[in-house]
Amino acid sequence: MPHTLLRKVWDAHRVRMLPNGQTQLFVGLHLIHEVTSPQAFDMLRARGGRVAFPDRTIATVDHIVPTRDQRRPFGDLMAEEMISSLEANCRANGIRLLDLSSGHQGIVHVIGPELGLTQPGMTIACGDSHTSTHGAFGAVAFGIGTSQVRDVLASQCLALEPLKVRRIRVEGRLSAGVYAKDVILDVIRRLGVQGGVGFAYEYAGEAVERMSMDERMTLCNMSIEGGARVGYVNPDTATFDYLRGRPYAPQGDAFDRACAWWQSMASDPGASYDDEIVLRAGAIAPTVTWGINPGQSVAIDGRVPSLHEAPAAEREQVAEALSFMGFAPGQSIAGTRIDVAFLGSCTNARLSDLREAARIVRGQRVAPNVHALVVPGSQAVRAAAEQEGLDRVFSDAGFEWRGAGCSMCLAMNPDRLEGRQVCASSSNRNFKGRQGSPTGRTLLMSPAMVAAAALAGELVDVRTIVRQPEVLHGR
Amino acid sequence: MAGERIRVVTGTAVPLRGDDIDTDRIIPARFLKSITFDGLEQHLFEDDRREAASRAHAHPFSNPAYARASVLLVNANFGCGSSREHAPQAIQRRGIRAIVGQSFSDIFFGNAVALGVPCLTAARETLDALMTIAERDPGAVFDVDVEAKAIRAADRTFPLELGAAARESFLDGSWDATGLLLDRFDEVQRVAARLPYVDSFA
Ligand code: SF4
Repeated sequence: MPHTLLRKVWDAHRVRMLPNGQTQLFVGLHLIHEVTSPQAFDMLRARGGRVAFPDRTIATVDHIVPTRDQRRPFGDLMAEEMISSLEANCRANGIRLLDLSSGHQGIVHVIGPELGLTQPGMTIACGDSHTSTHGAFGAVAFGIGTSQVRDVLASQCLALEPLKVRRIRVEGRLSAGVYAKDVILDVIRRLGVQGGVGFAYEYAGEAVERMSMDERMTLCNMSIEGGARVGYVNPDTATFDYLRGRPYAPQGDAFDRACAWWQSMASDPGASYDDEIVLRAGAIAPTVTWGINPGQSVAIDGRVPSLHEAPAAEREQVAEALSFMGFAPGQSIAGTRIDVAFLGSCTNARLSDLREAARIVRGQRVAPNVHALVVPGSQAVRAAAEQEGLDRVFSDAGFEWRGAGCSMCLAMNPDRLEGRQVCASSSNRNFKGRQGSPTGRTLLMSPAMVAAAALAGELVDVRTIVRQPEVLHGR
Repeated sequence: MAGERIRVVTGTAVPLRGDDIDTDRIIPARFLKSITFDGLEQHLFEDDRREAASRAHAHPFSNPAYARASVLLVNANFGCGSSREHAPQAIQRRGIRAIVGQSFSDIFFGNAVALGVPCLTAARETLDALMTIAERDPGAVFDVDVEAKAIRAADRTFPLELGAAARESFLDGSWDATGLLLDRFDEVQRVAARLPYVDSFA
């Protein structure tokens, strides 16, 4: 009988049915970081437990690390304490830590794939909701809380209930200036921020098959913003090509055996889905959020809603969002003035994102009123970008070029909005207060759109730029 | 080690209206800068409470009438966003022992279960009726009956929903899963040995 990837991975990792009816599922790869793990190690210690499979957990530092001055001890003593605690826990339990001196440090969802740790057919867990990113490889990847981190440390297992699968087919090709970020913002707007609750999202269709692995990661990354805990793309030759030669990927003959197994885990033709929707790629425009959740978005040539056109049940929420954001009902989104441009986060801070932004920025200047920064997703991304001279392109234009980390995506380090600043951001959440100021305002968009906004000082339609022949190449 | 068995939660209720209340609002990220969960409850909804105060509104969690509530009433998609367990931790440390809402984000629900905080669901109209009771009389006592999947207040009983596995985990104390997951460690090792990637496809 034909099965989905989700079902095959679930079956391969099922240990047993627990008496309460949940499934005990083996976790193939556990990723940890400094913010959600210290309490888990404490709980484990308090119970006299030990780490069951220390070589199946990998640690890095990302959420709280400063991205400007990374010398130890950090200026922020709390950051220093949290990272020291992770170091001590890793040392005591024999867990590999990819720290600032390793050359492999970075946002946990960027380094897993780039090191080849993330592989098709695996189960992956991490105490971070954007663990869904790893689904780009055909892994089933769960964001978990700290008590579940404790469970995985103790047993390498989770107690879970099965998910339904919704296939989202994106048919046709994306237009120039339209990216995976726009696709996922479009999906979330259509299905709603609650639409995916109880579901895994399987992304398919020509537009998804044509995406690079970086783009597939962007797509899967924001599944959680649509309420889906898990998002995935079936593995194919793009997946295998990406993994070949990565440090933690199988090497030599083992790689061929791996490809065969990985391929066998893909959804079978004829597998049945709990739900399916089809989108036309050609109808998707560069998309920007105007509100305070990632479902509140509009095409760059559109208008923010007016109250009378919002469904009655949503009117109050729309009014709250408009007033928080300072938009007049029905106003055009293009032309919105920005104060900050943030290129970073696990959604959009990989090399291809920086390249795409750099080709818009090259030879231009950031608008005088805009504070612009680039925070590469990992040390490896940063090094590769420097190799290509992208750091110079950004610095010459007036962007700050930073070390790797989460930075202004969640503002647990010194990078944050002040007061009611408006930020054009390549990150994933526009919740109130998300970027560090309770009244700060976030507009989510693709890296190319962030770059264009940084130069103009206001939101512009990136298609008017990428259509010019000197910047339109390679797509 | 199993958790305490949870059959019924009884107490007054705090009504918190609004859909899509995310975990950044429940506990802003700057309060995650700690290696413990201690004292998190002081910062529960801190920015929302401050904003409400600036508009001369009382946020329910600032209202002394609800200070001793042990049931939280919410609307749809409560706890969406970040997986931070700090959110249900802060709620639990504030004295809440059960949450009733229209729906919960999957991760929040899982985190709350792992802390022994049952999250049960009901239709919007039911939540509206329950919230109205708590708003009119903050002293009204609610019985959240996990076993019967119902909530009783002001002489009325409303049916609630809760998945069979989650319900069972509260009734038998298996919401604290660590012990259970270690019960059959030989089977865990067998599954690991069967997965070809565990030894790098050697
Ligand atoms: S970049 Fe943002 S969303 Fe991604 S892991 Fe870091 S804080 Fe979370």
